[in-house]
Amino acid sequence: MASRVELTPAAAQLLRKLGGDHGSLMFHQSGGCCDGSAPMCFPAGEFRTGGSDVLLAELPVEGLDQPVSFWMSTSQFERWRHTHLTVDVVQGRGSGFSLEAPEGVRFLIRSRLLTEEESAALDG
Amino acid sequence: MTRYTPPGQDGSVVSYESRYDHWIGGEYVPPQRGNYFENPSPVNGRPFTEIARGTAEDVERALDAAHGAAPAWGRTSAAERANVLNKIADRMEANLELLAVAETWENGKPVRETLAADIPLAIDHFRYFAGAIRAQEGSLSELDDDTVAYHFHEPLGVVAQIIPWNFPILMAVWKLAPALAAGNAVVLKPAEQTPASIHLLMSLIHDLLPPGVVNIVNGFGVEAGKPLASSARVAKVAFTGETTTGRLIMQYASENIKPVTLELGGKSPNIFFDDVSAKDDDFFDKALEGFTMFALNQGEVCTCPSRALIQRGHYADFLAAAVKRTEAIVPGNPLDTDTMVGAQASNDQLEKILSYLDIGRQEGAKVLTGGRRAELGGDLAGGYYVQPTIFEGDNAMRIFQEEIFGPVVSVTSFNDFEDAIKTANDTLYGLGAGVWTRDASTAYRAGRAIQAGRVWTNCYHLYPAHAAFGGYKQSGIGRENHKMMLEHYQQTKNLLVSYSPKKLGFF
Repeated sequence: MASRVELTPAAAQLLRKLGGDHGSLMFHQSGGCCDGSAPMCFPAGEFRTGGSDVLLAELPVEGLDQPVSFWMSTSQFERWRHTHLTVDVVQGRGSGFSLEAPEGVRFLIRSRLLTEEESAALDG
Repeated sequence: MTRYTPPGQDGSVVSYESRYDHWIGGEYVPPQRGNYFENPSPVNGRPFTEIARGTAEDVERALDAAHGAAPAWGRTSAAERANVLNKIADRMEANLELLAVAETWENGKPVRETLAADIPLAIDHFRYFAGAIRAQEGSLSELDDDTVAYHFHEPLGVVAQIIPWNFPILMAVWKLAPALAAGNAVVLKPAEQTPASIHLLMSLIHDLLPPGVVNIVNGFGVEAGKPLASSARVAKVAFTGETTTGRLIMQYASENIKPVTLELGGKSPNIFFDDVSAKDDDFFDKALEGFTMFALNQGEVCTCPSRALIQRGHYADFLAAAVKRTEAIVPGNPLDTDTMVGAQASNDQLEKILSYLDIGRQEGAKVLTGGRRAELGGDLAGGYYVQPTIFEGDNAMRIFQEEIFGPVVSVTSFNDFEDAIKTANDTLYGLGAGVWTRDASTAYRAGRAIQAGRVWTNCYHLYPAHAAFGGYKQSGIGRENHKMMLEHYQQTKNLLVSYSPKKLGFF
């Protein structure tokens, strides 16, 4: 089944650890400068989404009770919607208030183009 | 050419301490939980100092110190505060080389930039706000013969400032200078990627400031930034960074009904009209430099001219010359004064840029030069280097829509004025833009039509104090670098005074 977002095994493993420490989790994809393309990870509900956001995915993570929601602002989504996003993890030290930074790692988005079939299924 | 010795080695003009605690109340204070984190230099990827890992307890101590200092500091005369700022500027000027080398080691940027831009601009910024606060006046409104409204500027009290990593000292000074001039006490959190150079600056100027007026709490956003930004004990939050954290800071501020100023970046268009190539002269040469400004500071600038829009009539020729100019950029050791492009500030930043080089190619953009990680080897092995890269593509591509924050420019063409403006404004952001033309009318009309807070016209990447800098659209709120920033750090007190002895007659 077509999806817009998926997790690498390393991202899932990190989410398991963060979920153990912080409970239910969410992502909000950032834009703009500095750490602008990073998916920011928060305790679920910490970041208030609203009418100007889109829920792209509810990502199940083995070992976590709740799926991890993945949000993006609607305006940004309009410019990203033709791409499939994979949440990965790299060594580093991001700023922003994302939960993983103290672990010495950073969630990172890797992208590929959605196929026509995937786009049709998702946008249908 | 000069190659500076890395900080801490024999013969270097500067040494970092092996550890930095928080700077609170005029002294170093260890983190309450006793934890530290390593701070690597992007030049070689190796740690050179360790930094206090602050938490809410440390933020509270810093706020205590700031609240202790704020009332007296707020009552000092404008002349007294201006003198302090001028003395800070003088002290920095006397130590310019030291600060520049330290900043390069911290951030990875070429030392020719820190020597000629970062530190001189920071020095001038203190002097500008020293002058601005002396010149600032309240106002009065003569409402009628007997009634006068007086308007006084008062400091907000204690303000929070969260600083980005791309210009660690300069961005801190952009925020500190107006806040201090206006009479506020500050709790400042540097970026976790570049937490050390601000301490080097404080070690030079600490005797000039009363204890507690400036407090520095280091640490990670979630552990130290959040308790600071969400504190009911700060009267205002200033932040430079990205949109999700900007929204989160607004959200926290809304809980306390406190103002914010935000600078959240952009995707700045740099527009080259046909007449730029009418002659092969100084102006043409300047325009090529203007194009190549995307590589300044490795592209880690909120206003990086990362979209180049070139008119069709001269597209091929101008672009060919621009590629040639870009290929003349000298990469290398950031401590070498001949180096034009240095290291990206962190490994995750490097990885993000590489991920954009990947999706750019997948979307069909053509790489005209660069396009890869640069392996410089030797002493620089392990550092975070990227080749200056030119993509040719379409404005709908991700590489045209998101700030890559690397030495990467995405080029497209336009037909006429309307087409240029349409493409320029087809972005979520509106921080900076560039317009290049020999025609003053075109320049003026383009500058007014572009939805961005700063339109460089026949220039780019100048950041003088006394020119307002800030964003339209999702690029933020507020205008820095200008006396109007003072009012973002001030309350207005209105005294409404009647000089009439006669009652109104209602009761």
